[in-house]
Amino acid sequence: MNSGDDMLATAIQPAPVLRAIDVPARMARDEAATESNSIKIDARHVSISYGQKVAVRDVSLQVQARSILALIGPSGSGKSTFLRCFNRMNDLIPGASVQGTVSLEGENVMDPDVSVVELRRRVGMVFQRPNPFPMSIFDNVAYGPRRRGMKDRRKLEELVETSLKRAALWDEVKDDLRRKSGLALSGGQQQRLCIARVLATDPEVILMDEPASALDPVSTLRIEELMRELRKAYTIVIVTHNMQQAARVSDVTAFFTMAEDRAGYLVETGPTGRIFTRPTERLTEDYISGRFG
Amino acid sequence: MTSGVSAAQQGPGGPHQSLHRKASRGSILADRVATVALWGTGVFVLLLLGAIIAHFAIAALGVVSPSFVLDDPSDTVLGGILPILWNSIYILALTMLIAVPVGILGGIYMSEYAGDNAVTNAIRFAEESISSVPSIVVGLFGLILFVSALHMGFTALGGAMALTMFNLPLMTRLAEQALRAVPQEERSASLALGATKWQTIRHVVVPLAIPGLVTAVILTAGRVFGEAAVLLFTSGTGTPAHYDFSFFNFNDPAWATTSPWSPFRPATTLSVYIWKLNSEGLGAFKNQIVDGSAAILIGLVLIFNLGARGVGRLLTRRLTAV
Amino acid sequence: MAQVTTANRIGSLRAAPGLLERIDLPRRVVFLAATSMIGIVALLLTFITWQGLQLFLKDGVSIGQVLSPTWQPDSTSGTPNFGVLPFIAGTVFVTGVALLISTPLSVGLALFLSEVAPAWARAIVQPALEIFVGIPSVVWGWLGLTILVPFLSDTFHQKIAISLPFVGEVFSMPGFLTGFSWLAGSLVLSVMILPTITSVSYDAFRAVPQELRTGSLALGTTRWQTIRHILLPAAMSGVLTAVVLGMTRAAGEALAVQMVIGNSPTLPAAITQPVTTLTSQITLDMGNTVFGEPWQDALWTMSLVLLIISVTSVMLVRLINKRRMGS
Repeated sequence: MNSGDDMLATAIQPAPVLRAIDVPARMARDEAATESNSIKIDARHVSISYGQKVAVRDVSLQVQARSILALIGPSGSGKSTFLRCFNRMNDLIPGASVQGTVSLEGENVMDPDVSVVELRRRVGMVFQRPNPFPMSIFDNVAYGPRRRGMKDRRKLEELVETSLKRAALWDEVKDDLRRKSGLALSGGQQQRLCIARVLATDPEVILMDEPASALDPVSTLRIEELMRELRKAYTIVIVTHNMQQAARVSDVTAFFTMAEDRAGYLVETGPTGRIFTRPTERLTEDYISGRFG
Repeated sequence: MTSGVSAAQQGPGGPHQSLHRKASRGSILADRVATVALWGTGVFVLLLLGAIIAHFAIAALGVVSPSFVLDDPSDTVLGGILPILWNSIYILALTMLIAVPVGILGGIYMSEYAGDNAVTNAIRFAEESISSVPSIVVGLFGLILFVSALHMGFTALGGAMALTMFNLPLMTRLAEQALRAVPQEERSASLALGATKWQTIRHVVVPLAIPGLVTAVILTAGRVFGEAAVLLFTSGTGTPAHYDFSFFNFNDPAWATTSPWSPFRPATTLSVYIWKLNSEGLGAFKNQIVDGSAAILIGLVLIFNLGARGVGRLLTRRLTAV
Repeated sequence: MAQVTTANRIGSLRAAPGLLERIDLPRRVVFLAATSMIGIVALLLTFITWQGLQLFLKDGVSIGQVLSPTWQPDSTSGTPNFGVLPFIAGTVFVTGVALLISTPLSVGLALFLSEVAPAWARAIVQPALEIFVGIPSVVWGWLGLTILVPFLSDTFHQKIAISLPFVGEVFSMPGFLTGFSWLAGSLVLSVMILPTITSVSYDAFRAVPQELRTGSLALGTTRWQTIRHILLPAAMSGVLTAVVLGMTRAAGEALAVQMVIGNSPTLPAAITQPVTTLTSQITLDMGNTVFGEPWQDALWTMSLVLLIISVTSVMLVRLINKRRMGS
């Protein structure tokens, strides 16, 4: 055990759940590494309402490039709704209105002039339940690039291979690319296919809305490993109900909760190691130690 | 883990395009064109329907009046359509009298009892087949069966029976849907209290399905009311001169063939009348009579349709009101 | 509940059921009601088939004669000819063009309702469609007769005919002399089958899971791209079913079509020419013929053809959907 782990061990508060969470040593290393990264996404005073009902109130936070930010909190606290701002998927919900600014490398994505189609290419999304298209594995991964106009057969094949390799699925499907349907894969494989599909659009940010909650524990761990690998090149924001997952995987954690009027808000945010060992807010500590939520 | 990405390798490569640059202009243009075109279809349908209703409303203005509805047809002046309108209503009532009970009972079977077997398959096939058969073929079938083989001649009853056969699939299917819409929990609760299956159906399922069943009846009635091809060959095309609505005495030998209350006589309905006037092409007032009849037909069909929606909604609200 | 049931009988739970319970009268009654439709279909098929075959069995006409293009059933002027080819062709032509016009419009309307229209627009257009369905066919025919036919005649009279599919001699073909034409029939039919194709397609689109759409949009595609590449392929069996149902409805329509197509029992040379369909000829002639004479037998044979068309389409629809279920 190095000195970093010693520090963490002595700082741990005696709550049963915290002892079970093993905040890995690499957290300390990686936190230091990401501190110097640039700001990829800067959200300022974001509020989201569905009609009259306020779903998210006044959230401001920053996402550093090539890091993993985990949004945690109880059900209904607006995490997924907030996540959807980054790629403007809230636009698809009738009656949804968003205030505030969300800047992707300085450009406000809320600007009406912004091409939503281009935004979604650069900010990809993986959903809770894997949703491969009813087509072959190859066609699934090639879907995004093809819609953008890529036709060259050789380029598509290269891109599909690279994407599947980056999603850690290549070895398992490389012989069946065109014959096997995306739907014929197991749950964990389908989710990695969806990740490969997103990677093929060459994004900078990958949003993941509870990506492993519909999967078995083994697949979950593989997805988490994948996330740590992807983080080296992409910026990742994940929403998760699973605190242990957030602790295992993320560099920065943001804790959301629901106010009395059922609007979600950001309680606190900080490096994952600190949030789980020395949270500033009482609410955060209560949630992490399992006293509520 | 296989070939991951090393820290040094850049995943996303190249300079980023500004979000404001409209990438893939072609696909965004195609999307805009498609959106306009699709909106266009909606607008087109509304305009067309509006034009049709307006056309008949205007045409009706000059023709439809209480006297038009209540007078008898005439060769010399612009007569009325009373006997014909009566026939439409009469045949509708007669048809529904048979079709509704049989349809609801059949719907009960399909929804509550039917298993996944060959018989059920055969029933569905029969449903689909009758629905696909052209109405004229059903009319011809009625011609062979009722008019010829059973020697009934052209009668309202024959027409009603042919219409029943033709619309039974619709009524049964709509009834089945209405019954299936009742949540399973209701049945479970009743059965768990020791009720039999039939008691459950009679006292729980059917009452809860009443809004849907009423809608089913009204929709089927709307279909029946406008039907012409079937009746053309089963209830005849003659123009009745006058109906004596006080003729109730069915012991009188003339009752069967002349009383408007008898089902054993020919009965030209509104739709058939329109057809017949057009094909005969005689009479100075033909156009006006047809316009007026068509306007009344459409008006009544409109009432049926909107009525079905409205009544269905009203009943549902009353049923679920706390 | 006064009836004593097995469940509330005091004592043994396995007491023997009474006679009434064993018969299960309610079940038998509703079963009878449902299976009555099988009886109806059987009767229909039997009678029409029997009557339709009389032309061959009783009158000795051969199938070859029936498939000829000469229709002269009136036996007073030499040997009668019962060639129904003009009518079959007429049905095919009129139905075909009606489908060509109506399908894009109807599928587009279904897409509009399912993907594009805001709730208020749906709330207006859907009832409008239901009213469309309710308009009786004779009314459509009357509208066609009083508005469409004169329009075609006045506007295109004497102008160059649009000749489909018979190109050549275009400039010598007369145009819509009277307005009663193949095109008039197709136009009226296309409006009549629009609600059918639209509603079945709409159901098919709604059945496609939302996550496929969100998955596509989240990858940075436009709505139209999502419709074209994801939605339409996924709903294809439903749309095909819709088209087959529309085709069946169009082929079986009698009165509305008869009022506007002109009813000349010859093969049309161009879309501007009058034409006759199976349904319209039957409607016209049935009243003038005597039961049992060959002329009427020929009409029954034509009805049999109609019956075969409709049963075939039912099986076609089942085939389309079985493949989807099995995959």
